[in-house]
Amino acid sequence: MTEEVMIRIAVTAAYIILAPFLGGLLSGLERKLSARMQGRRGPSVFQSFYDVKKLFSKNLQVVNGAQIFIMGSYAFFIVFTGALLFAGWDLLLVFFTLTTAAMFLVAAASCTHSPYSTIGANREMVQMMSYEPMVLLTAVGFYLATGSFDVAEIVKADQMAILKLPGCFIGFMFILTIKLRKSPFDISCSHHAHQEIVKGITTEMSGPCLGLMEISEWYEKVFLFAMIGLFFISSNPLSIIAVVVMCSLAFFLEVLIDNTSARLTWDRMLYSSWTVTLLLGGVNILLLELFK
Amino acid sequence: MKDVSKSPWIIHYDGSSCNGCDMEVLASLTPVYDIERFGVINTGDPMQADIFLVTGGINTLNQMVVKQIYDQMPSPKVVVAIGTCACTGGIFKECYNIIGGTDTTIPVDIYVPGCAARPQSIIDGIVQAKECLKQKCIAEQKAAKEGK
Repeated sequence: MTEEVMIRIAVTAAYIILAPFLGGLLSGLERKLSARMQGRRGPSVFQSFYDVKKLFSKNLQVVNGAQIFIMGSYAFFIVFTGALLFAGWDLLLVFFTLTTAAMFLVAAASCTHSPYSTIGANREMVQMMSYEPMVLLTAVGFYLATGSFDVAEIVKADQMAILKLPGCFIGFMFILTIKLRKSPFDISCSHHAHQEIVKGITTEMSGPCLGLMEISEWYEKVFLFAMIGLFFISSNPLSIIAVVVMCSLAFFLEVLIDNTSARLTWDRMLYSSWTVTLLLGGVNILLLELFK
Repeated sequence: MKDVSKSPWIIHYDGSSCNGCDMEVLASLTPVYDIERFGVINTGDPMQADIFLVTGGINTLNQMVVKQIYDQMPSPKVVVAIGTCACTGGIFKECYNIIGGTDTTIPVDIYVPGCAARPQSIIDGIVQAKECLKQKCIAEQKAAKEGK
């Protein structure tokens, strides 16, 4: 038992230390891959690190001093969410912590009273409304498939969870586009259309404050791909290969979707994500319950 | 070591331009010229920008806007005047509402002449602005050290 505790602590520490490097590299690769898909040379894969380094050496300008504290809380809860997952804690607790972090981001954006920032915050809440049902159904699905909400137990399952949860997996991939702020659903931040609502949720963030936001997004990215990995992991050590391959495939697919689709309006995002949640997630769980 | 030159984010403001230079600024962001390979991001937000690109002359109405954008940018920051109008006032110089080039309102670091300025010269201007940004960063650090 003590050995298991040691492993859990080691994995969590590794996440906290290594996730920013992996996440930063992933977002650099994302920009490089996007550039190559558009027939451009694109920036260096380490560009995200240069960006954050620059942001931290700029002067701090804030409209409302409370924003720094709220952004700090957002960063803390994002790191905490990932730490809980990698420590093998309860999946429900992980998702509730993730929601808490998202609420801090909404508060940070709306505390400045800037109209663009407020529109961004409102849209972020609509995004949360769109992805939360699927996130919860995924947790329920894992419970029905493996008999436990504990990540430590899910990892030790005899077979991959994907075999019982194909619907939940496709549904989760769908909301991953919302969570990663990718094109069809990049409504609150508008990464590629910087001019629309002036990047919404981050309008009033500058310098170190925006740098903190970027680093939190790196942590979140690693957490989300770990969730994809959770569908493919089992007690068989070879399943690690499946995890790596499927996470890379999911990453490529997200960049491809980002580059090939136009942004939708918030109501179409809401209807489509709830339809997918109900059809794929709901039916998957219903069948799992019926043919136990 | 503070070094901001590897990630110059730009904000582009169209003064009383004929839109010729604006098209060329946007053209330098397209796959053909791909200015993003220098780490450039076109932000719409002065609070996140490092380089201020101004096209067109300054008139009595937009003078306050240009000043406002400049003041909202956190230092270190660099101003690039793009096109003959932004450099000197150009063919509109004698008009009743035109004050002159960008340097009548805010300090300009790099001048990119041309009517309209070609994307190649805009890219050259931004690459020089990167160097200027680096120098300003070093100067700021020096000043901070001496202040202490």
